[in-house]
Amino acid sequence: MSELDAFRTEVREWLEANCPAEMREPIRDEDDVCWGGRNFKFKNAAQKAWLDACVAKGYTVPDWPKPYGGAGLTPEQTKILKQEMKRIKARSPLDSFGIWMLGPALLQFGTEEQKVHYLNPIARGEIRWCQGYSEPGSGSDLVSLQTFGEDKGDHWVVNGSKIWTSYADKADWIFCLVRTDKTNKYQGITFMLFDMESKGVTTKPILLISGNSPFCETFFDDVEVPKTQYVGEINRGWDVAKYLLGHEREMISGGGAGGDMLSIGGAFAKAFGKNEAGELDDPILRAEMAAFDVDVFAYRAMGERFMDMWKTGRAHPASSNMMKYVGTELNKRRHELVMSGGGSEALEWDSEETKGGARARGWLRTKANSIEGGTSEVMLNVIAKRILDLPGA
Amino acid sequence: MPLYHNDDQAMLKDSVAPFVAEQAPVSHLRKLRDSADATGFSRDLWAQFTEMGLPGMLVPEAHGGLGMGHMEAGIVLEEIGRNLTPSPFLATSVGAVAALAKAGGTQAGRWLPAIAGGEAIIALAIDEGAKHRPERIATTATRSGNGFRLDGKKSFVLHGHVADMSIVAAKTDGGITLFAVPKDAKGLTADPRRLVDSSLASHVTLDGVEVDADAVIGEVDAGGEILDALLAATRTGAAAEMVGVGQGAMDMTVNYLKERKQFGKLIGEFQGLQHRAAHLYGEMEVARATVMKAQQLLDEGSEGAKLMVSVAKAKAGRAANLAVREGVQMHGGIGMTDEYDIGLYMKRDRALAEYMGDVHYHIDQVARMNGY
Repeated sequence: MSELDAFRTEVREWLEANCPAEMREPIRDEDDVCWGGRNFKFKNAAQKAWLDACVAKGYTVPDWPKPYGGAGLTPEQTKILKQEMKRIKARSPLDSFGIWMLGPALLQFGTEEQKVHYLNPIARGEIRWCQGYSEPGSGSDLVSLQTFGEDKGDHWVVNGSKIWTSYADKADWIFCLVRTDKTNKYQGITFMLFDMESKGVTTKPILLISGNSPFCETFFDDVEVPKTQYVGEINRGWDVAKYLLGHEREMISGGGAGGDMLSIGGAFAKAFGKNEAGELDDPILRAEMAAFDVDVFAYRAMGERFMDMWKTGRAHPASSNMMKYVGTELNKRRHELVMSGGGSEALEWDSEETKGGARARGWLRTKANSIEGGTSEVMLNVIAKRILDLPGA
Repeated sequence: MPLYHNDDQAMLKDSVAPFVAEQAPVSHLRKLRDSADATGFSRDLWAQFTEMGLPGMLVPEAHGGLGMGHMEAGIVLEEIGRNLTPSPFLATSVGAVAALAKAGGTQAGRWLPAIAGGEAIIALAIDEGAKHRPERIATTATRSGNGFRLDGKKSFVLHGHVADMSIVAAKTDGGITLFAVPKDAKGLTADPRRLVDSSLASHVTLDGVEVDADAVIGEVDAGGEILDALLAATRTGAAAEMVGVGQGAMDMTVNYLKERKQFGKLIGEFQGLQHRAAHLYGEMEVARATVMKAQQLLDEGSEGAKLMVSVAKAKAGRAANLAVREGVQMHGGIGMTDEYDIGLYMKRDRALAEYMGDVHYHIDQVARMNGY
C-alpha cells in the first residue's frame, strides 16, 4: 500500500470514529454553520464534539503547519482529507474569515510572533474575524478609502467607518484597511488588526433584500490601535489586501458563492413532470437548464484546470479575476433557474416547508455575488488590462 | 492527471505550432480557394504532415503509429483551427482511427498502417440529412451473396470525393454496422459541394454497393459502440479545432483593438469594447479547459467521457461562435471585407459548428444524460 493509500485508510477510520451522525447532514441554515468565536453558541453537542475532535487533530486548517494549529498536511494529503470528508458528507467543522482570508495573509506576511499569537486561536475557532475593507465612498475602488489612523507614537487613533462588513456584529476582531498617509494614494494604507470590543467601535446590521442582515455598517470613533497590531509594512497594507483578495476570489470562484456546481435540470424534473419522451415537461425551460448545465460542467473543468495551474505557478496572476467573474455570473444564473423551476413554491417567504423561504432568500443573496469582492465590471477591467493588455487607464 | 499540458505535450505544441503557422497559414487556405482547388486540401502539405508522423498520432504502435492520445491530437487540431488549415486530419487521423482501432480485425490491419504512412484518406459517411442525427441512420445493409448490399444517401461527407475509403454507417437486422467501402466500389458516387468555408464535402449515394463480408468494421450489428468511439473522437477533435478558430479570431481582434484609432483614441481604450473582449477571454478559457477535460477522459477511457464530449462540443461551439461574431463586429467595416481574414474565421466556425452535432444537439444530449 502506498503512503497516500495508508493515509486515506487512517483518515477514513478517524472520520468514522470522530464525525458524529448529526454532522453528516446537509447544512440547512445559518445556525448549522460553526463560526466559532467568544460569542458563538453551539447548536448542539455534536457540533462542539466535531469541532473539538478536528481542533485536536489540526483538521480545521489541515494544510497549515503544526506549530500554528494545523496538521501540516501536504497538498495531496489535504486533497484526500477533503475527498473523504465529502464522501461521508461531513460538515465543515469550522468556517471563518480567519481561516479563509486572514490566515493565508498572516502565513505570507505575518511575523513569527503574530503567526503564533493569531493563527492558533483561529485554528481553534476562538476568534471570529470580520473584514474592514469597503467604505461608504469606496466599494470596489479601495484606494480611495478615507478611514484614517493618526500616528500617536506607540499607537494609532482610528476614525472613520466601514460598510458591508460581513457579520461585524458577531465578530471578535477585525482586519482592516486604514489610511495612515494621506499624501500617497496607493502606499498610504496600513493593514491593521484590532478587537471589536475596543472603545469607540460600534456596528449596525443592514437589512438586505433577502430579509437577512449578514452585512453591517461599522463605525470607528477614536479607536486606539497599538502599533504592534499591523501586518506587513506600515503604509504597504495594499500588498496584504491584494494577496488576501486573491484568496477571497479563489474561494468565491472555487465553490463558495460559485454554488455547488451540480446539474440543475434533474432536480426539477419531478416538480414539472416528464412528457412521454421522458423529458422535463417545459421544453423552453428544459433547454435553458441544459444550456446552464453545459456551462456548469465546463466551469468545473475550468476550476480544475485553474487550481492545477494556480498551485504549480502556471496560472496568470489575474486569472482569479476571470474565475470570479465567470463563477459568480454563473451562480446568479443558477438561482434564476432555481426560482423558475420552483414556481410558486419558491416564492414562499417564511413557510416551514420552504425552510423559511430558503430559495427566495438564496436567490436574492446571490445578486451580491457580482458586487462583493470586486464587481464583475472591475473583474472585466482587470482582465482587459492585465491579461489582454488593452490600452488606457 | 493535472489539466494542463505535460512537458512532452508542451514540446509537441512547440514543434507543431510554428510548423502549421509557417507551412499553412490563412494565405494557404486563400490560395486553395482562389485556384478553385478540386481536392480541398494540399497533398504536399499532407506529405509534410506525414514526415512529422502526424497522420498516425493516434494509430497504435503495433499498426505503425505513434500511439498517442486525444490530448496530443488536440494540440495539432488547435493549430489547424488557429490557421484555418484545410486538412483531412480530423476525419482521417482522429475519427477513422478511433473507429478502426476500437474495432480491430481485418479492416484495422488494412487501413491503420496506411493512415500512419500518409497513404490513405478516409471519409466518414455518417450524416444523412441537413442536421446531425446519428440515431436515425436509414442507410441499409442487406445480406447479399457472401457479403452485403448497401443502399442509402449520406451528406456532409468531408473529403468524400477523394477518400481512399469511406466508413459507412448502416442499419442491419440487429443494429448498426460500420463498413469500409473502398473508393472504387461500384454504385458509390460522391458529389462534392463547395461549402461556405471553401472546404469540399460530398453528397454520397450508395446505390446497391456490393461489399464482401470482411468489409465489416468490427462485428455485424455491433457497430454502435464503434460508431460511438468515432463520434466521441471526432466531436472532441472538432471542439479542439474550434478552440483554435476562436483563439485565432480573438487574438486578431485583441490586436486590432490595440492599433485601430477612432475619435482620436485606440478603440481598445473604450470600456464597452474592453468588457466584451474580457468576457470573451473568459469564455475561451473555459472552453479550452472543457475540451482538455474531454480529451483527458477519453484518453483514460473514463465513463464520464461521453457527457464531457457533448459538454465540450457545446461549450467550444458557443465560445468560438462568440469569438468570430465579436471579431467581425469589433473590426467594423474592414471585418466585412473578403481581403481581411476575420471573416474566414467566421466561415470556418460555422462549418465546424454543424459538424458532428451543433450546440443545440449536444445541449440536448447533456439533458438526456442527466435524466431530463
